[in-house]
Amino acid sequence: MLDIRKIPLGALIGLILTSLFLIAAIFAPWIAPYGLGEIVGSVWEPPSSTFLLGTDNLGRDLLSRMIYGARTTIFIAVLATALSFILGSVLGFAAAVIGGWFDTLTSRFVDLMMAIPTLIFALVVLSVLPSNVVTLILVMGLLDATRVYRLSRAVAVDINVMDFVEAAKLRGEGEVWIIFREILPNALSPLVSELGLRFIYAVLFLSALSFLGLGVQPPEADWGGMVKENKDGIVFGIPAALIPAAAIAALAISVNLVADWILNRTTSLKGGRG
Amino acid sequence: MAKVTVKDKPDLLLDIRNLRIEATVYPPGEPPRDITLVHDVSLSLKRGRVLGLIGESGAGKSTIGLSSMGYGRGGVRITGGEVILNGRDILKGGKSGLRKLRGREVCYVAQSAAASFNPAHRLMDQVVEASLLHGVANRAEAEKRAIALFRKLSLPNPETIGNRYPHQVSGGQLQRVMTAMALCSEPDLIVFDEPTTALDVTTQIDVLAAIKDAIRDTHVAALYITHDLAVVAQVSDEIMVLRHGRLVEWGGTRQIIKEPRQEYTNALVSVHEITHQEQKPGTNPALSVKNVTASYGGGRVKVLKNVSVDIYPGQTLAVVGESGSGKSTLARAITGLLPPEQGSVTFGGRKLANRLADRPKEDLRQLQMIYQMADVAMNPRQTVGTIIGRPLEFYFGLRGAERDRRVAELLDKIEMGKGFIDRYPAELSGGQKQRVCIARSLAAKPKLIICDEVTSALDPLVANGILKLLLELQKEEEVAYLFITHDLATVKSIADSIAVMYRGEVVRYGPKSQVLTPPFDAYTDLLLSSVPEMEIGWLEKAIKGRRMESAGN
Repeated sequence: MLDIRKIPLGALIGLILTSLFLIAAIFAPWIAPYGLGEIVGSVWEPPSSTFLLGTDNLGRDLLSRMIYGARTTIFIAVLATALSFILGSVLGFAAAVIGGWFDTLTSRFVDLMMAIPTLIFALVVLSVLPSNVVTLILVMGLLDATRVYRLSRAVAVDINVMDFVEAAKLRGEGEVWIIFREILPNALSPLVSELGLRFIYAVLFLSALSFLGLGVQPPEADWGGMVKENKDGIVFGIPAALIPAAAIAALAISVNLVADWILNRTTSLKGGRG
Repeated sequence: MAKVTVKDKPDLLLDIRNLRIEATVYPPGEPPRDITLVHDVSLSLKRGRVLGLIGESGAGKSTIGLSSMGYGRGGVRITGGEVILNGRDILKGGKSGLRKLRGREVCYVAQSAAASFNPAHRLMDQVVEASLLHGVANRAEAEKRAIALFRKLSLPNPETIGNRYPHQVSGGQLQRVMTAMALCSEPDLIVFDEPTTALDVTTQIDVLAAIKDAIRDTHVAALYITHDLAVVAQVSDEIMVLRHGRLVEWGGTRQIIKEPRQEYTNALVSVHEITHQEQKPGTNPALSVKNVTASYGGGRVKVLKNVSVDIYPGQTLAVVGESGSGKSTLARAITGLLPPEQGSVTFGGRKLANRLADRPKEDLRQLQMIYQMADVAMNPRQTVGTIIGRPLEFYFGLRGAERDRRVAELLDKIEMGKGFIDRYPAELSGGQKQRVCIARSLAAKPKLIICDEVTSALDPLVANGILKLLLELQKEEEVAYLFITHDLATVKSIADSIAVMYRGEVVRYGPKSQVLTPPFDAYTDLLLSSVPEMEIGWLEKAIKGRRMESAGN
């Protein structure tokens, strides 16, 4: 069914990199050479055979922290993106199909949320609420859901006036069928491309929060936090901060390469047979 | 505006020799391959003559027409032959040669003027653009010429219509403005690509007459592309019949329509009379619409005024009228999509709830609808099996093998095989799509099916097949049809009774034989006399005999 030779080069690179990141994230305790908070050497040691990527500002193994960091970063980003998509698209589709007061109410509420700069909103909420993983996921997911809501509502409004949706309404179908069976399959293409972008925004947002000290709390590792911990080294020519930064960039690109490829496959109206 | 024929220009304007056009297709599950769309077609056209190109969709008529300006639409490639225009092969002239030629020697009039004009610019700017770019005239001269052309094409307010934007004029007027645009740079050849197909019959006749006059007075040569033989018979000197990219027959207009030599031409020419015995209205109507009034925008725009019609079981009521007459709105009022303000709809002896949401499932099941555009009436992400199977699940609770068996039965009824169950709509032809829509509505075992212009997007021969199928199914299933159309030929072949609508009112209603018997009211007369007949000189006769002006949509 899926022929590996037919996968374009870009998608292949994206798939390989993404799966490497995922494997690192899932099997972190078995792969990482040292423990997460274990101080094993001196401060900012250069890469060597014992410490493949060197050590960080406290003398912890950078590679181990990168691997554990992948786990935290990807876990939070995936859950936040999933939350934002499920919430945003279901509400967006419902607003388009039901219309009337429901549409007005949700749309204006979303406008209100979007009027406040996301980062500031998150900073305020996170400084009040206890800073743990659940709060982080909820805050990130809810804030991102406003973007997904707007996109899916716009797409669904267009689809909702098509004759086949009218035919379904004349048949007497309920809202659930119309949203999930008539509109969702046709709205999937823009949503999938948005999914890749949103996931990356979630990673970047989490990194930004951690960098500001409101995200993942030490000694837990995440890539954004690691950039913060090691940023002072840059002045002394020590690249420890650039490694997590590069990982963020690599993840961003590879996930989007995969998303683009999925997008290409799902836009076919002939069941992917063409 | 008479064009002075320059002495040194040859009398033979366009000479296409052994034209071969190819395209690459990407069939499912196979490697891409090249297919030939046009197989070595040759044609020649003298200065000032009109050649009609006719055939079904996919016959290659537009492709051949556009090759006269060296253009291949949608990745189509001209791979062989010569296109000699004004004594030189334009295919050898390169890009800059083509650029000099397009808009100067050859101009193009598209099927949908509404979609072809740039909505952000005034009409005048677009009409004179080609003349200015090619340096044929300066702005003042070009505008003067455009105004003269507007007058010749009998557009209202020729002095000022150029200041309007495309959305500010009606469809028929826009098509005439486009003709003026093509004529403005005084080309030698105009390619008309189905210029009247998208218009109402009553408007088509005006546009047709305007185009004919303009061609005669400017001595421009033209390629007239259409699938309607009756239309092409009015404007062209010669007709070329095409099928599957091959030449079928080429001859004078009179010879083609009076003495066709090929069997295929004969099939196109012969009037497709479907014999249908008119049924007398029964006593108990299946659906009865009483004094229905409906409007859009909360009562501001009245689109239906006091409409009353009856449909009897197993019979067909045809609702005819031009765009904006309210015939589709009548369907929306009956289905409950647009709740009527006054009046009632009675179905099978009980009064239907005004709003769709208030109707029980059983009422919805017995009242089905088939749409004009079959490709948007089906979810492109569902297979034929799901599309036809869903009403079976939804209304009758059929599942699994039982459902599949019934789907296969329905596919058999619409003369399509079992192999179509797993296909997506994009993998079907236009006629097959409409058949699937028919099967979907039949799956509900309805008492009444509303058919909204179901054949107007289809080729004549395909449409004929659909009409025959509908009539057969009517006999088998005892289903009644409410048939909305603007095509009177269709009405004549399938209706039992007819309602003529004009501006939201029923102006004439009764059994078919009675409605189609004189004396007519002015509007019915206009509708009937506007249907093109396959007869040379019909256009002039029809224009002269009209009693009222058309609305121009």
